[in-house]
Amino acid sequence: MELITRGAVITEPGNAVENKTGSWRVFKPVINYEKCIRCMICWQYCPEPSILKLEDEKTKKDTPAPKEALKKLPVVQIDYDYCKGCGICANECPVKAIDFVMEER
Amino acid sequence: MNYENEEFFAPGHGMCAGCAAPIIVKWILKWAGPNTIVANATGCLEVATTAYPRTSWRVPWIHVAFENAAAAASGVEAATRAKGEKLNIIAFGGDGGTVDIGFQALSGMVERGHDVLYVLYDNEAYMNTGIQRSGSTPWGAWTTTSKVGSANPIGKLRPKKPISMIIAAHNAPYVATANPAMFQDFKKKVQKALNTPGAKFLHVISSCTTGWRHDPSKTVEIMRLATDTGIFPLYEIENGDIENMRITYKPKKFKPVEEYLKPQGRFRHLLKNPEYVKKLQEDVDAWWAKYGHHYHP
Amino acid sequence: MKAMIRGNESIAYAFKLARVQVVPAYPITPSTLVPEKISEFIANGEMKAEFVPVESEHSAISAAIGASARGVRVGTATASQGLALMHEVLFIASGMRLPIVMGIGNRALSAPINIWCDHQDSMAERDSGWMQFYSENNQEGLDLGIMAFKIAEDKRVLLPAMVGLDAFVLTHTVEPVDMPEQSEVDDFLGEFKPNYVTLDPNKPATLGSFGFPEHYTEFRFAQWVAMEQAKKVIDEVFEEFEKKFGRKYRKVMPEYTEDADIIFVTMGSMSGTMREYIKKLRAQGKKVGMVKITVFRPFPKEELIEALQNAKVVAVVERNISMGFAGAVYGELAATFANKSKKPKFVDFIVGLGGRDITFNTLESVYKVAEKALTQDVDDVNWIDVNKEAVYKSEGLQ
Repeated sequence: MELITRGAVITEPGNAVENKTGSWRVFKPVINYEKCIRCMICWQYCPEPSILKLEDEKTKKDTPAPKEALKKLPVVQIDYDYCKGCGICANECPVKAIDFVMEER
Repeated sequence: MNYENEEFFAPGHGMCAGCAAPIIVKWILKWAGPNTIVANATGCLEVATTAYPRTSWRVPWIHVAFENAAAAASGVEAATRAKGEKLNIIAFGGDGGTVDIGFQALSGMVERGHDVLYVLYDNEAYMNTGIQRSGSTPWGAWTTTSKVGSANPIGKLRPKKPISMIIAAHNAPYVATANPAMFQDFKKKVQKALNTPGAKFLHVISSCTTGWRHDPSKTVEIMRLATDTGIFPLYEIENGDIENMRITYKPKKFKPVEEYLKPQGRFRHLLKNPEYVKKLQEDVDAWWAKYGHHYHP
Repeated sequence: MKAMIRGNESIAYAFKLARVQVVPAYPITPSTLVPEKISEFIANGEMKAEFVPVESEHSAISAAIGASARGVRVGTATASQGLALMHEVLFIASGMRLPIVMGIGNRALSAPINIWCDHQDSMAERDSGWMQFYSENNQEGLDLGIMAFKIAEDKRVLLPAMVGLDAFVLTHTVEPVDMPEQSEVDDFLGEFKPNYVTLDPNKPATLGSFGFPEHYTEFRFAQWVAMEQAKKVIDEVFEEFEKKFGRKYRKVMPEYTEDADIIFVTMGSMSGTMREYIKKLRAQGKKVGMVKITVFRPFPKEELIEALQNAKVVAVVERNISMGFAGAVYGELAATFANKSKKPKFVDFIVGLGGRDITFNTLESVYKVAEKALTQDVDDVNWIDVNKEAVYKSEGLQ
């Protein structure tokens, strides 16, 4: 995109991804995959959105899970480039599989 | 087509951590899909997602001003008809841009019957300018223009405008209240609205961590409490038939309103006087006594 | 083809001939006939367009922006309070670079409420980034209405445009016009293809973004550059129109100016009265001429310097007043000559506010002051046909 466009239009859809809002974070959510039941509630409620839903077979299989049968389901992963550390994911997690820890920089 | 795994609303926006509005927006866009145009009223959502030269939007999006999202959407819709095309036209406005300054434009859009889904994300005050009371601020809420002090220990002294009832009274084909915390109900209503021709109105509760004064992690929890205490009832009204409104969710056991008030700084002062809490509980009970029989699961 | 039409119809016919696709409009005296006529054209099947009967002028211009941004040709019309209600959104339309065309039934502003002619409504919007054209008669309204689309939509310009017609004097007065054929206008305007980024699901763009200090000035400068470009484009379009339709338009129309000591500057319908008055003065051997301003934005500085520089006195006759200073045209003309070593004396005349008739008597009062100015100092700003004594009394000055 040119520096100045006519009428201040933005012609690159979703280029806000260039803003790495992860720098805002004070607390950091960390997923404990040993507990995560892959219910997707954290993904559902992430307001950025900065929780990714990974569906490739390798990730599904290689990521630890509390039960082998859960490995058929997609895996959630936090994208720390954008996570502002609101903690909704940790608060909503039904099995308390997300720890909310102080960010270290 | 199911677009639930696609993101039409990109991260990197400047909405506060824990803001509910992006949750509402990202899901409505997923259910609407790419064949959609959005008109956005001035407000947090607009300001924080389109700071030139960057945008969070992956669907065509237009902002004109504060009070005219419904009018701008009307124009987009008329032009779409003139082109002989069909797509989802969605307007997003906060409570200021919808129930107050944008009320006239919204009323006109609904009366004229434009094929537009208007979504009110209601955070119950002018949050973009810094938490000033709106027509949608509830009784008893502290805001920076309904301050609490010795001469006024209550805060806002007037009740919330019943915007959904008002829009329903325009004979709008579909009006509903919704809560992202009650996810399946929210989804059903958005999909129903998108599949209804004409002017649809969704009134969605949207917690504001900054203005409601709560921990950002509690956003969804507090919105859930709004419905589980009966304060924010979920219902739908079709074709203006308020007599036959349908309540779509009723808690098995209502939680006391105090549970909703407690975690929010904007209501903290009310807890000092049991009379205020009692009044709010009575208001809620009165609503359910009047309308509760409309619950049809 | 000759047709007998009212001024408002000249705008409606311009929209019809331009194949405008969306018309959002709200009725207001004196421009109500524009949406009525559009509604009639659509109901009769003569025009294929979406008429949006909005609930206010604010929504009219907002819907016009939405429709234009969607990539169709858009026209609307208003006047006076309606234009003032649009004020905020006018800047948005021009800032978003949308080539909307709007007919204005030039009418006084309240209070007191008054439905008759002056130019205060559009003069108050001269900073809004819209091009402004003023018509002397219904033919000009029709022709400028058509040309406004071609100018506004030119990729060097992309600015919205207003076409003014004086309230009642033109809007409600039936005059004969040459009505161009549809095929001629189609040929002149070409098929509408937006020269700007539109709301298109196949190419998602964000329109109406938030501008920070690091970019805002560039967007404003871009509008300024576009206005400068518009000067050239207007000339080209006027020339092309003349070739095709045989009617001559210029941003500034000088008449009897070659040897004139006194030149009157006019706008709108008063120009006809002025022309006859000048003929009368010329018959008496007076060296007077006139310059009619057709394009007020962009302000035709170069042409005005050319037309006025040899006069001794320039009498600006205008139907607006900027309270606390002078008429808008006077202020801008004086500024235009500010850095010229050779300049005439400028005298401002405020006339015809709120529909007060501009008669030969009015113009004679103007002429007397202008003539005096040839040899001595006069007031900068002169209110003509005003009962000053009554006002001084009401203000407690006597």
